[in-house]
Amino acid sequence: MSIAAVTATRDAPASAILPARGGMLGALSDLFWRRPRFLLVLMLMPPLLWLGVVYIGSLLALLLQSFFSIDEFSGLINRQFTLKTYADLLQPANFDIIVRTVTMAALVTLASIAVAFPIAYYAARYAQGRWKALFYLAVMLPLWSSYLVKVYAWKLILAKEGILTWFLAKLHLLWLLDGWLALPYVGGNSLSVSATGTFIAFVYVWLPFMILPMQAALERVPGNLVEASSDLGASPGQTFRNVLFPLALPGIVAGSIFTFSLTLGDYIVPQIIGTSRLFIGQAVYSQQGTAGNIPLAAAFAVVPIVIMAFYLWGAKRMGAFDAL
Amino acid sequence: MTPAVSFQKVARHFGAVKAVDALDLDIAAGEFFAMLGPSGSGKTTCLRLIAGFEQPTAGTISIFGERAEGVPPYRRNVNTVFQDYALFPHLNVLDNVAYGLMVKGIGKAERLKAAEEALALVQLPGYGARRPAQLSGGQRQRVALARALVNQPKVLLLDEPLGALDLKLRENMQEELKSLQKALGITFVFVTHDQGEALSMADRVAVFNEGRIMQVGSPQEIYQRPKTRFVADFVGSSNVLPPDFVQRYAGQRRWGSLRPEAIRVVRDAGNDAVQARVSGVSYLGAATRLTLDTEGLRLHASVPSGSTVPEQGDAVAFTFNRDAIHLMDEAP
Repeated sequence: MSIAAVTATRDAPASAILPARGGMLGALSDLFWRRPRFLLVLMLMPPLLWLGVVYIGSLLALLLQSFFSIDEFSGLINRQFTLKTYADLLQPANFDIIVRTVTMAALVTLASIAVAFPIAYYAARYAQGRWKALFYLAVMLPLWSSYLVKVYAWKLILAKEGILTWFLAKLHLLWLLDGWLALPYVGGNSLSVSATGTFIAFVYVWLPFMILPMQAALERVPGNLVEASSDLGASPGQTFRNVLFPLALPGIVAGSIFTFSLTLGDYIVPQIIGTSRLFIGQAVYSQQGTAGNIPLAAAFAVVPIVIMAFYLWGAKRMGAFDAL
Repeated sequence: MTPAVSFQKVARHFGAVKAVDALDLDIAAGEFFAMLGPSGSGKTTCLRLIAGFEQPTAGTISIFGERAEGVPPYRRNVNTVFQDYALFPHLNVLDNVAYGLMVKGIGKAERLKAAEEALALVQLPGYGARRPAQLSGGQRQRVALARALVNQPKVLLLDEPLGALDLKLRENMQEELKSLQKALGITFVFVTHDQGEALSMADRVAVFNEGRIMQVGSPQEIYQRPKTRFVADFVGSSNVLPPDFVQRYAGQRRWGSLRPEAIRVVRDAGNDAVQARVSGVSYLGAATRLTLDTEGLRLHASVPSGSTVPEQGDAVAFTFNRDAIHLMDEAP
């Protein structure tokens, strides 16, 4: 069929410029086309207002509260600028909470990196078609169910009468579990009331937040860079250290921001699974609730923000974002 | 002399797809060898078999006499210039070039000095501090070349390295690669789908089609004496003549080929001229290419610029020397 035949099948428009569509929508379309920035501002306004007023606003209010102090006799808040509340954070009882939480967050992050990397690497490099769909489903599916349900499920798994103890008994490895539980800091009467249990539950609930950014970062590393490295004489280990890891680092940092900050702020997991020793989230919860010490709660809440700021600053200095 | 690369009955199948099938090939040490073919013809798979990124399904591959099946890429003294260069984006140019020496454990001062020298060799001295993203396509190409050459490979593999460059740059790089190869004496194996590039650069050319080699020979042999219709068509843009036509003009019932420049378009039809109608005229600069329809056959003729050129639709006649018809091996 010739071009003439194709065009002849419908009426050719009479003029080079088509008439305006008319109506308000047509006028709006033309206006948005002429002023794309106007459309942009219009679209960004609601989320910016939300973020600016509700989110940043409440953060600032929080920051302000942390500079107030509580009158120890009356229990009333003294609205005068002071650093006394921050000094309270350094008292051994409070400082212990911070150290415990930061240590837990760091360990959870490292474990998440170690567990997530092979999964993310497989998904980014090998999985295709239905396997890729299965990967996304498997990683995302746990996020569909309530986080409380998952944590309680872990409590049952880790309990003394739970499936894990049963399984280890079948393998004749109970001595290993008992030995571990006898250790200071990490041990306890059973896994479900030990810091180890808290750690396991944390790694489980935050793992998807590490896998997904890591997989996205690894997927952006062109396959031929791995081949080029191998071609130039690098063993698989050298290729990992010199090419894959540096290029996946932005994803690892992004994932670790999730796992680290989520662990820093969480108060439910250690409440349900773990020892009676508090984490920052629990301290905030109890200080602003039963204790009614809003300034100390606010000061506790500022700690994760400051730690994350330092963490990001350090990651940037290490060049984690150079490959972006 | 031991060949640089030797394939014996090599096959590489991907499921039902025979990317390379029962292939025999010897590449001599120190030669500039081109693998030419359309996309999907198996030439890149061959290159990847030499580099070690692919393992043969069957057959043996030796590199300078040593068996290479099952040897990983990082244990082969063979380096590749990748089609899209594959420079490491997180390293600067100097560290990119020094990478091969770095992973071999050569000291920093020594490897950076060698990298500087390699950059000078590809005429990019002083570019070491830049990132690959700050370079033009042609410069990246040179960095990729330096990164491979700094390892002093026994064989250098080039996978369509000039494909992404514009015409002028490509012509410069062709000459430069050729003189570099002569100066270094390293065996170059070059994959391309551009016949002009293969003919102008290589000492020998292998023409690939559907996982097999159709013909191996010098550029002159390939161009002037194609063995099959495919080679004639793909390499020379030659006119492929059917057996009946060849029978009439060359006396043998075989497929033949006739190069466009061997056809002379004449005004007055002599008794040995062939009548034809001009169905297309393309101006190519140095010459004009005419498309001639005759006896149900479509032929291309090349008319040098400056001579009078007929117009589309004109009735013309053409002649050619009978011995300009090359008879191909392929049976009718």
